Amino acid sequence: MMSNAVELAGVSKRYLLGEHHGTSGSLRDALSARARRLLGREAAVPAEELWSLRDVTLAVEEGDTLGLIGRNGAGKSTLLRIVTRITEPTAGVSRTRGRVGSLLEVGTGFHPELTGRENVYLNGAILGMNRRETTRQFDDIAEFAGVQRFLDTPVKRYSSGMYLRLAFAVAAHLDAEIMVVDEVLAVGDAEFQRKCLGKMSSLEREGRTVLFVSHNLDAIMRLCRTTAWLEQGELKAYGPTPQVAAAYLTATSNPSASREFPDRPDDPVALRRVVLLDADGNSTSLLPRGRPFAVEVTFVVHQPLPTLDLTVFVANLRGVRVLDEAWSDVQPSRPGLPGRYIARIEVPPLLTAGDYTAGIWLGSSYETVAYYEEVLAFRLEGGTSGRAERVLQLTAPWRVQRIDDVHAGCKAES
Amino acid sequence: MTAEANRRWTENRSSVHRPVLRLPELWAYRELVGFLALRDIRARYKQAVFGVGWAVLQPLISAAIFTLVFRRLAGVPSDGVPYPLFALLSVSVWTYFATSVNGATTSLVSNAALVTKVYFPRLAAPLAALAHGVVGLTVALLLVAAAMAYYGVVPGLAVLWLPVCVLALMGVALGAGLLLSAINVRYRDVGQVVGLLLQVWLFASPVAYPSSLVPQRWRELYALNPMVGILDTFRWAVLGTPGPGPDVLLSLAAGGALLAVGVTYFQHSERRFADVI
Repeated sequence: MMSNAVELAGVSKRYLLGEHHGTSGSLRDALSARARRLLGREAAVPAEELWSLRDVTLAVEEGDTLGLIGRNGAGKSTLLRIVTRITEPTAGVSRTRGRVGSLLEVGTGFHPELTGRENVYLNGAILGMNRRETTRQFDDIAEFAGVQRFLDTPVKRYSSGMYLRLAFAVAAHLDAEIMVVDEVLAVGDAEFQRKCLGKMSSLEREGRTVLFVSHNLDAIMRLCRTTAWLEQGELKAYGPTPQVAAAYLTATSNPSASREFPDRPDDPVALRRVVLLDADGNSTSLLPRGRPFAVEVTFVVHQPLPTLDLTVFVANLRGVRVLDEAWSDVQPSRPGLPGRYIARIEVPPLLTAGDYTAGIWLGSSYETVAYYEEVLAFRLEGGTSGRAERVLQLTAPWRVQRIDDVHAGCKAES
Repeated sequence: MTAEANRRWTENRSSVHRPVLRLPELWAYRELVGFLALRDIRARYKQAVFGVGWAVLQPLISAAIFTLVFRRLAGVPSDGVPYPLFALLSVSVWTYFATSVNGATTSLVSNAALVTKVYFPRLAAPLAALAHGVVGLTVALLLVAAAMAYYGVVPGLAVLWLPVCVLALMGVALGAGLLLSAINVRYRDVGQVVGLLLQVWLFASPVAYPSSLVPQRWRELYALNPMVGILDTFRWAVLGTPGPGPDVLLSLAAGGALLAVGVTYFQHSERRFADVI
């Protein structure tokens, strides 16, 4: 029978700003404020409050991976800090069963003067491993990090990549039942990120319970069965990842079929308008999957430019860029004569049904004039034909020929 | 760790009304204390040409200066043992105390990255600062032994009290260190104050002079400084100077009170370290 490994019941966390603000607090200020209050010269000023978390209740089953999504400052990190006991909740209770290991910030506690080997032991101790456990894992750690040759070199001589790999390796080999991971995948090169993702999914296979915070929705969708979405400290949605992720995306990028931009007469080029059009030329953010659609861009050239270029790109819900089409791909000569331009690119029906965002880049060969990652958001409506998730749906032509009669052939041979 | 232990729930809730001293947990993290201390020691002596030589040179030079200033110029007595020996032992004890209090005071702030990113019993940081100084104290006490051999001073059975003296010294250093480190998390003024405090404390303690120099009517007040009892007892145990009187109990009580206040205040403010550091 499965039981919970992490439980949060009504967890709230309040931070006080202003008078009690931590880092700038000086003893003199605090004492004089207190003295003034005692003398009755000044009423106690209620400190400004910030509720980083408000009444959050959730549970993670043993061996499950919970994803945490939300904007910056939504309370994700505070939640992890409470689960790991770095800080106390103001109200409510957080319970964990088993050892909690954290990958909150890899390399915390590494000392530049110490060698790789010494740092592995130090970091192991910081994460709660004893010497025997670290020794047992040592070879695996060194191999995962790929720094075997440099184990007796002070880490200050390591490249930043080696440093990072070693730090991640120690934390990832921590023998903890519950792992807390905060955005580690945002660092390192592609090879390292792939390794980290692999390690994360193997953690899950080993039956570890994982709490995973990431801005990379793709990684969340790949690794987490359940996801919690935090918004301003409150639990906005909590349940199966696909639903929560879709709701999050819809809310954060409200569908928009067109966007206007103010003119900038002083700039050589100014973006004015981006519109999404369906096959009939109507502006809409709901498009049928099986028909082409177009992106229309209006811009004004104020000063003549030697070259002009424009790129339209489309990303899916996971943040994967599925299209990136440049005007220069099809038009070698693009002098920027002053005037008003309307550019239109037609996209054939090759994407699967789902939610997408479109972005735009406008500029010359030398500089960027406008760059918007998500300028439009739209949905391609249609069935998935019950197929597993995919990026493209070409309905490409098949040619199937019956070239022989197998039965007839067999009979003939026997 | 056994499977049974893993099954137990660990709770994290607001502890405003019930700060607790989690000694079993601290014991589980004892290796962290060692590694943090080791880190500081290694980091300190690496890339220093003289390396551990400094641990020998420092008490020697301090004792030499004390001898020159207090003995030669001021003619301070030394309870019947050669003044250089008297000064060397006092300086060794005091140096450990001062570096421990200093180190403990900044231990949390200098490990701020750890405090805000990883959970560990916060007590481990100031404890590591105490452990860190043990190397220097050991070297210094060996120097004292060498100097005793040179001056032909043979310790009596009282030397068996030495471990008790060291523990008491650590206790007082811990009490002061905990109190100051916890305040330092909130108010960085402490970093400035601690140097001044230790300077005043040094002259309010019988380091350069024997406590027999203090007028009798002030003795009880004087003994409220825990370092008075500790230094007197150290010299009695090692050098065979006249034993400490009943005033030592006052020092002991004051030291115990300091430790209790330090631990309590630390426990009370611990829960907010990660938020205000």
